Amino acid sequence: MLRAPGTNCDEETAHAFALAGGVPERWHVNRMLDEPKRLNEFQVLCIPGGFSYGDDLGAGRILGNQIQHHLANALESFRESGNLILGICNGFQVLLKTNLLAPADERGPTATLTLNDSGRFEARWVRVGVEPGKCVFLSGIQEMELPVAHAEGKFVVRDEAVLQQMAAAGQLVLKYRAIADCGTQRVPGIADLSKQSEIRNPKSEIESSVPYPENPNGAMGDVAGICDATGRVLGLMPHPERIVDPTQHPRWTREPRRDAGDGLRVFQNAVRYFL
Amino acid sequence: MLWEIDIHSADHPSGGARQADRAGERVAAAARELGLADNLRVTTARGFLVQGQSLDKSSIVRLANELLVDAVVERAVIGTVGNASLTDCGLRHPEGTRDCGLADGSSNPKSEIRNPKSSVPTVTVLLKPGVMDPVAQSALMAAADLAIHPEAIATLRKYWIDGADDAQIETIGRKLLANDAIEQVFFGPLELQRLEVGHPYKFELRTIALRDLNDDALMRLSREGQLYLQLAEMQTIQRHFRELGREPSDAELETIAQTWSEHCSHKTLAGRIAYRDEHGERHFENMLKETIFAATREIRERLGSDDWCVSVFEDNAGVVRFDNEFNLAFKVETHNHPSALEPYGGANTGVGGVIRDVMGTGLGAKPIASTDVFCFAPPDLGLKRAGASPPPIGAEDGPARSDSAETLPAGVIHPRRVMRGVVEGVRDYGNRMGIPTVNGAVYFDVRYLGNPLVYCGNVGLLPRDKSYKRAEPGDLIVTVGGRTGRDGIHGATFSSAELTSHSEHLSGGAVQIGNAIEEKKVLDVLLAARDRGLFHAVTDCGAGGFSSAVGEMGEKIGVEVHLDRAPLKYEGLSYTEIWIAEAQERMVLAVPEDRWPELDALCQSENVEATVIGRFVPTGRLQLFYNGERVADLAMQFLHKGRPPVVRQAVYERLRIAAPRGYPGLRIDPPNPQSEIRNPKSPDHTATLLRILASLNVASKEWIVRQYDHEVQGGSVVKPFVGAANDGPSDAAVLRPVLGSRRGVVIACGMNPHYGDFDPYHMAASAIDEAVRNCVAVGADPQRIAILDNFCWGDCERPETLGSLVRAAIACHDVAIALGTPFISGKDSLNNEFSYTDSTGQRQTIAIPSSLLISAMGQVEDVSRCVTMDLKQPGNLLYLVGETRDELGGSHFNLVNDLQGGQVPTVNPERACRTFAAVHRAINSGLVRACHDLSEGGLTVAAAEMAFAGGFGARIEIDAMPASTAIDSPSVRLFSESNTRFLCEVLSERADEFERVFSGVPSARIGEVVADERLVIAAGGTKLIDAGIAELKHVWQGSLGW
Repeated sequence: MLRAPGTNCDEETAHAFALAGGVPERWHVNRMLDEPKRLNEFQVLCIPGGFSYGDDLGAGRILGNQIQHHLANALESFRESGNLILGICNGFQVLLKTNLLAPADERGPTATLTLNDSGRFEARWVRVGVEPGKCVFLSGIQEMELPVAHAEGKFVVRDEAVLQQMAAAGQLVLKYRAIADCGTQRVPGIADLSKQSEIRNPKSEIESSVPYPENPNGAMGDVAGICDATGRVLGLMPHPERIVDPTQHPRWTREPRRDAGDGLRVFQNAVRYFL
Repeated sequence: MLWEIDIHSADHPSGGARQADRAGERVAAAARELGLADNLRVTTARGFLVQGQSLDKSSIVRLANELLVDAVVERAVIGTVGNASLTDCGLRHPEGTRDCGLADGSSNPKSEIRNPKSSVPTVTVLLKPGVMDPVAQSALMAAADLAIHPEAIATLRKYWIDGADDAQIETIGRKLLANDAIEQVFFGPLELQRLEVGHPYKFELRTIALRDLNDDALMRLSREGQLYLQLAEMQTIQRHFRELGREPSDAELETIAQTWSEHCSHKTLAGRIAYRDEHGERHFENMLKETIFAATREIRERLGSDDWCVSVFEDNAGVVRFDNEFNLAFKVETHNHPSALEPYGGANTGVGGVIRDVMGTGLGAKPIASTDVFCFAPPDLGLKRAGASPPPIGAEDGPARSDSAETLPAGVIHPRRVMRGVVEGVRDYGNRMGIPTVNGAVYFDVRYLGNPLVYCGNVGLLPRDKSYKRAEPGDLIVTVGGRTGRDGIHGATFSSAELTSHSEHLSGGAVQIGNAIEEKKVLDVLLAARDRGLFHAVTDCGAGGFSSAVGEMGEKIGVEVHLDRAPLKYEGLSYTEIWIAEAQERMVLAVPEDRWPELDALCQSENVEATVIGRFVPTGRLQLFYNGERVADLAMQFLHKGRPPVVRQAVYERLRIAAPRGYPGLRIDPPNPQSEIRNPKSPDHTATLLRILASLNVASKEWIVRQYDHEVQGGSVVKPFVGAANDGPSDAAVLRPVLGSRRGVVIACGMNPHYGDFDPYHMAASAIDEAVRNCVAVGADPQRIAILDNFCWGDCERPETLGSLVRAAIACHDVAIALGTPFISGKDSLNNEFSYTDSTGQRQTIAIPSSLLISAMGQVEDVSRCVTMDLKQPGNLLYLVGETRDELGGSHFNLVNDLQGGQVPTVNPERACRTFAAVHRAINSGLVRACHDLSEGGLTVAAAEMAFAGGFGARIEIDAMPASTAIDSPSVRLFSESNTRFLCEVLSERADEFERVFSGVPSARIGEVVADERLVIAAGGTKLIDAGIAELKHVWQGSLGW
């Protein structure tokens, strides 16, 4: 776990890895900057959620810059050696500011995570559809119900071509899913009445087809998470570490008993990859 | 060179991605709401001012591109301050432009700014010099990574406002865009040469000649020096220095004022009080000790060896046993006056402050949950009514109503702005700290205008062997965390004074802005240092700054502090300012000399500043030095024990509430408990239910709650919202603070200021009952619930105001003992009044309603036994537990029907105790599928909430409900707010078992869950309520669905 000032999901993420059979260590970024070679002692690098450096200059910007200026080679060779990198929420925001997930091209950065369409921080539960492709973390998973908690989680690409390339490369592994797609019934609330009654029909892939609040931030292409071309680096806005125990589910008191939370499989996949 | 970087949102191919336009739209909408201007077109930018001798254009462009601008969605305009291009580019930029537009005046090669409307007026908002600017601090630090080293950076917000005249823009700038307490507004192009970075301080010892002052002059000194001490206290100080044969230094006088302030010493409630009510007279030597503390002492004695209280009313927070390894700490604070002046900063630092309280408990607890309770005036006060929304309650229509916020008294920030600011302040601190905000409430009453209440609570987890602390002689005094600046000077004394319409000018310095990440950094190293045993004691720097923190820690030893050694944010602070400033995010540690090197290294490794500023010395004196010169030398004995006792008079009489009138837009109807309830003619119960659901106190607070991260730390078990669509209102929050364990902590609260208008005794009893029953409703063990009191009252120099408080405290004593729920911590905030001059030139004072918040912390052995309030399955039975009485006084039934009078709800503590035990047994045995407490709106509201949360209907017959005496009126059965009642959903095959558990406790089967999505409540076969659950939910979500 790479933590920085303002990282605040490191303990429960470490707990999730430990539940999955991993042996997590939490390292301050200063220690990593002092001893970048020691990254090779690990198999998985996780950048957990929080507000690194307060997100004062944009979500993940300062830690992303530090990595880009001082640790880019170390992380690159870490990945090349067949290891895994996971960025959750703020960690996803950080990874996007490096070149590990969506590298910049000659025209500059290609993708970002920016202020939610609602204009504010929101914590709520979403369903994400999973197309794992070669993404190690998501192997064998079709759908998850996970919490999001962020203000800057709207995935935005520079132009449609970027999204098409990512889609073609199988990088768009996690997408928000509409409740109607999940066959769940419920009493409509304010949010339902104020949105269009039918699922929007997107004009292009770049638009979101899942309405608010199921797509909680207006992300383009309803993208909740992407992996890199190798499938060994994953960044996602929802928090799988917050649903590793059955009682973390928002409806555990009314639905059939679960053995574990949806999110645990993400961590189990990572650990099993090395067994 | 002073550069400006303006950052605009770029157009984007997806359309709709322009966030800045949305910010502009929000400004335009707010201006319309507040009646300042219609049909504005507002464009916004955020920006930075960057100052540096050697900064050339290329490094500024690099700074912008690589650090400040998100090139996918933003673009920058750069120039030296004052350059015309910076003001020109307001109204939209050409599509697809993403490079930085360079506009330094000398070269503008691409001329990308194609703004046809350069005449659109601009407003620029900057923080005042010296106000905390975390973003600028981060930018300075991160710039160093790029090998760019500016001297100073400041942030700004910029607005281009089209469609308003100069006068309107001036008003919008001052009322809407900026807060004068912390910000400065510039109209038109910025004319700024350089950023203010402070001036060197020249030492000069200041003494205050008070030995020869007469009483009038003493009081003038108290007032004008913002000491806010009373005459007897000033006289005592005078006598003390006459005996010493010298005049006090300013630092000495300030230290005494801080230590003796109401905020720090609670001298009113912990003082002598002569109290009189209908039972006669009673004399208190120490009112709190003889009521609230006494209850705890009695409960602990009764528990004997099973006593689970650990440290109560001693440390910064109350501490109780959790399991074999850990204790729990809980503290609730208020930050009312700062929030009245600057809602965002006040609430922000309120959260930060109570978190530090918990961090400073024992040897440092880890904060695991936050709570927040707010009291506001109705957010639509004096505003145009929105078309379709249901009628808001509490701000009734009246002839005095006006269309403009301008009709509110001067010095008042509009309640809507207060509410938004407070919510955002709480949100930004708690979320950044990574502490889940899990429980809270919001109450509305017009009397909170000008003096809103902001209660912030925090729960911490503390290893059992780290629960006590003691500084030792010889220990170093170490300050850790943020630097000291001029922020928050006189916060402690100011909070003990009454607010007036001039407070915003007088006390601007009392406002603080927080930096949550600084506090998170301190927390990270503090817990590591605790576990390595690197210090003997810790406390937080709160009100009174070093003065309070160091003074308290060294009370029993003596201290020697070198103020020049404290790290400062900027030059120019005098020794007294350093001593009393309330700069945030600082902790003070007592560190044995041989552990200091390790602590120092630990702090450095995580970029946390730690500095030795003095030493605990066995002198019994408080001695301050600046550059070796002695600036204060006080005996600890005088400082902590020298305050003269004052006997205050307290009288309780049946209601006499001042009703200030004479100001347009403000109508306060004093409740009149003596009068009988007029029954509404041909009552429409369904309409009443809908109006209660829509009323501000009852309506869904989802808009607020969703802005708080309530799941961080991964222990969430029962969330604030539950049910089929995750949007039903939970009674209490449950979390697992130790991830490897099944044991849970339960957090809830109870409060009802309306009841206090009738009788503060019953208000307090009801609040305790409500807090406890909320805990019990989710599964907490009623024998393991600790409670906290927070009294927010008006001016207690008035005997009848103090009398109503004493009466509430007596109820706290009686009910806590009967229920076995010890008080473990508490706080009071007095003088919550707002004075203004009305339109006829008369001085008016609004006192808040007596507001007692009870917070409760319960425990569950195994969280998998917890239940939630949403109906689970058609066919299950509904049981009403508890007795219904004719208690509509202060009820929401009265409120929405504009009725007065009636009996306020009371508590039968002995029966409550048995009822809570039975409910717990039933839940713990797995007999209960859903459980909800009955509070505002009584049975009908509870049933409606359970139904729409679960997505099922319910059919209820009220004839069978347990009632004290024959109740004829269906209104009473439906809407009475009698305490100690629950509605439980039970599997039909376990009904017998359930009924056996409740033998001897009032309970009755009153209905069942049905698949049909309607709530039907009937009496004797006649339908009284019949409504679709979708409609009920829609109305409930509508009022505050911002």
